Amino acid sequence: MKYDLQPTLPAPSNTIGVVAWMRKHLFNGPISSVATIVLGYFLISWLIPIIQWTILDADLFGESRDACTSGGACWVFINVRLNQFLYGFYPAEEYWRLNLAFVLLIGSIIWLVLPRTPFKGWMALFLLVVFPVIAYFLLYGNSFGLMQVETHLWGGLSLTLVLAVVGIVASLPLGILLALGRQSEMPIVRSVCIIFIEIWRGVPLITVLFMASVMLPLFFPEDMSFDKLLRALIGITLFQSAYMAEVIRGGLQAIPKGQYEAADALGLGYWQKMILIIMPQALKLMIPGIVNTFIALFKDTSLVLIIGLFDLLAIGQAANQDPKWIGYSTESYIFVALMFWVFCFSMSRYSMHLEHKLHTGHSNRA
Amino acid sequence: MSNPQAVTDHLMVELRDVNKWYGEFHVLKNINLQVKQGEKIVICGPSGSGKSTMIRCINRLEEHQKGDIIVNDVPLTEDLKNIELVRKDVGMVFQHFNLFPHLTVLENCVLAPIWVKKLPRKEAEKQAMELLERVKIPDQALKYPGQLSGGQQQRVAIARSLCMNPDVMLFDEPTSALDPEMIKEVLDVMVELAHEGMTMLCVTHEMGFAKTVADRVIFMDGGQIVEENEPHEFFENPQHERTQLFLSQILQH
Amino acid sequence: MSSDMSNSGHKPDGGSAQPKAPPANQPKFWNDPKKRSLLFQTLLLAVLGYFFYSVVDNTLTNLEQRGITTGFDFLTQEAGFGIAMSLIEYTEASSYGATFFVGLLNTVLIAAMGIIAATILGFLIGIARLSDNWLISKISAVYIEIFRNIPLLLQIFFWYFAVLRTLPHPRQSIEFFSSFLNNRGLIVPAPVAEDGFGIVIFGFFAALVGSWFMSRWAKKRQEDTGQQFPIFWASVGLILGVPLLLFLVSGMPMVLEHPELKGFNFRGGITVIPELIALWLALSIYTAAFIAETVRAGILAVSHGQTEAASALGLPKAKTLRFIVIPQALRVIIPPLTSQYLNLTKNSSLATAIGYPDLVNVFAGTTLNQTGQAIEVIAMTMAVYLTLSLVTSMFMNWYNARIQLTER
Repeated sequence: MKYDLQPTLPAPSNTIGVVAWMRKHLFNGPISSVATIVLGYFLISWLIPIIQWTILDADLFGESRDACTSGGACWVFINVRLNQFLYGFYPAEEYWRLNLAFVLLIGSIIWLVLPRTPFKGWMALFLLVVFPVIAYFLLYGNSFGLMQVETHLWGGLSLTLVLAVVGIVASLPLGILLALGRQSEMPIVRSVCIIFIEIWRGVPLITVLFMASVMLPLFFPEDMSFDKLLRALIGITLFQSAYMAEVIRGGLQAIPKGQYEAADALGLGYWQKMILIIMPQALKLMIPGIVNTFIALFKDTSLVLIIGLFDLLAIGQAANQDPKWIGYSTESYIFVALMFWVFCFSMSRYSMHLEHKLHTGHSNRA
Repeated sequence: MSNPQAVTDHLMVELRDVNKWYGEFHVLKNINLQVKQGEKIVICGPSGSGKSTMIRCINRLEEHQKGDIIVNDVPLTEDLKNIELVRKDVGMVFQHFNLFPHLTVLENCVLAPIWVKKLPRKEAEKQAMELLERVKIPDQALKYPGQLSGGQQQRVAIARSLCMNPDVMLFDEPTSALDPEMIKEVLDVMVELAHEGMTMLCVTHEMGFAKTVADRVIFMDGGQIVEENEPHEFFENPQHERTQLFLSQILQH
Repeated sequence: MSSDMSNSGHKPDGGSAQPKAPPANQPKFWNDPKKRSLLFQTLLLAVLGYFFYSVVDNTLTNLEQRGITTGFDFLTQEAGFGIAMSLIEYTEASSYGATFFVGLLNTVLIAAMGIIAATILGFLIGIARLSDNWLISKISAVYIEIFRNIPLLLQIFFWYFAVLRTLPHPRQSIEFFSSFLNNRGLIVPAPVAEDGFGIVIFGFFAALVGSWFMSRWAKKRQEDTGQQFPIFWASVGLILGVPLLLFLVSGMPMVLEHPELKGFNFRGGITVIPELIALWLALSIYTAAFIAETVRAGILAVSHGQTEAASALGLPKAKTLRFIVIPQALRVIIPPLTSQYLNLTKNSSLATAIGYPDLVNVFAGTTLNQTGQAIEVIAMTMAVYLTLSLVTSMFMNWYNARIQLTER
């Protein structure tokens, strides 16, 4: 039996279009409909006052709290202290140094993140090795004719970034060594690495910071003194390197055994094998994990306020204590939260995008 | 033909002017099909022709938008009661087996009889063991699906469906995910099932199987039934040029 | 050291009297992987040993200069400071050892409260994220993205300083269900058992035992006859109903002690300090966002084919969830869930920032400041968290090994 060819017909009008979409996604059955209506009602009745408070009824410009007359959020509070939120107590005439370091940092990150930019490898090398040195001289000064700026003046968003970037850059090499050590066939090396990793991963960062600030001075001879920031950085780096090691181990384990065997078969030594064959492949797989630990670290840097450093959150906290501005703590928390959120959210989107790309890239090759 | 048991006049599955869209895309176009009790139908066609979608509509794994599907006198509508009734009567075997990996082979087989048909466990297990014997793997009953080969897993999947005593069996490319040496063991079980008089709809490209057991072969393309015939005529004398092209491509090897 | 090694490497193993050059095919010692690794590890040990030696040496010298004696004797000394909240008897006259236990118990309390709330909230939001309803799913997504991308400490501060501390004074408390909310915390009525309440407790345990037997009976009957019994609802009814019935029959042998405003504060009732509420809210809300993602990933990990196969067998939706989806999803969810619990416990140490008297606050904070016993105090604090991590990872290894066995 042979049939005539059938024409392609448009879908029935009740299955496509906005109405059909709403029926399927908002009003699919009685329970779903009730949920949509109730949730929609609450959402609207919450969102309208929130928008009114944060935007419509808010005051942005002015000098003091007298400018806040509209009844909404008093962003004047943030506005007059914006420099402190960004630069801490850094001398105003030296802000350009922080700005320059920030531009260099963001510029090279954008370079690395954008697809199809040349010299990515060199750029990564610049970011991981050269940039920290430049940034140190820029920020701390005391050479090249730059005025010295003591670290107790550092603060705000710039200090948060310093803590996070140093934490991640310094913990990378340590993490690689620990990860390789954990996979080593030498029993002593392996156990030392496992103990190191598990101890740091097992304790809260806050105890690490306490330890760094209280015990570190005890560990070294009397004449060696550590700056408070440096102590925090040492603690953060040790703590972070343990997490980094686990991310790197994950990447190393994802490399098929055949790659190790092929490198052995070519007669490469251990370090040649790792540096030429395994690491380049593994690093690609690790980037999402590294970004995720960076997000965690970025949020965790806020803990340094407990040992007396003035990061972004601590500046906000200090601002709330200002007797001239009592009662506006919600504004400062929202502002600080927004700053953290923008950084963390964009990084987490980037890492998801990478994971997605890796995922599809692999299945295409298979 | 080779089936010993007579085909009765009772209509087991009937599709009348069935149309289905995925969003704007018209996947099934005016499908008309009648399957009598005991009939074995083989459905073939290029990938994306809508053959899997069609048989998945028969147990409502997919929804159709226009037309009627009637299984064993029960019309398939939005009514959950009817859907439950139909699914009790219709067994399905999937391309990727879809065994439950956290349950043993035996537990896979008795789960639905116990909780849907409300059989006592002993009885369900006895029946399951008989069926596992029929598919020739009673000794694997206490293993987990992950411990079996693909062919064994597919035979378990067939036994699992049979445990519900279905009136109709749907096969959705049951051998496509198997290594060549395992295809035969699955086909043997299917042939045996056909000889016992089961009503079967098979989406498959195993033309040997079609020739041995099918009462009718259906060729689908572009979401519609292009040609339908008894196997001898279908293979020797295809009417439609699309059918000819398709057959020349798959019979080359 | 290396020359020692090279000498021994050159000695022939057979112990023949005449020393001779190594055979050409025997590798030089630095090319022999075994010897090389031995040398390397010895070096590592030596370096580590020297490092620890100098650290200990420096520490001892430094402590001596500051006049601090090492050891754990301080634990028996009188602490001399009060703690805002304690689950055990504690006064200023108690020892530092008691301080340690008070802090430890408070940490355990907040961790347990947080874990329960975060689990409930996290599962709800994770499941809602997968809802067919677009609005429900989007609201859950927004919740997850907002709360996991804001530092926990900030969230704690927000609840504590911007919400709870701005509540009215006790005199203008917000009153609901005879509880009072003000800037000193939440004051709820305290249940006080009277004579005869024991029978209600007895009834509760009897109902527990009863429902255990009932479930065994239902299982047996189901296996023998195929008849099903709504064991879940029957058990719930039994466990709630029996104690309630006994409570009513025995003349309600319990009174609620209502808090009363006396002067500037409340007397009676149970006071939940604002630090605990803020910490609990922040920890639960923050961790729930992570748990929701874990739950979502776990459910998504159960392939679509599994639910299809269950549908094709005629299993209704609820039974598909119970027998197919939940058991498989839990295997994926439980390991990351345990590590979220561990994270929550570690994060509860942020308590110190708002003054909730947890282990870090009263021990690594106040005790350390008063005694100067930095090494002992930090070591004890870290040991507590390390033990918790170790126990958790042992559980995870055990669990992973168990589910692996049944899968392959």
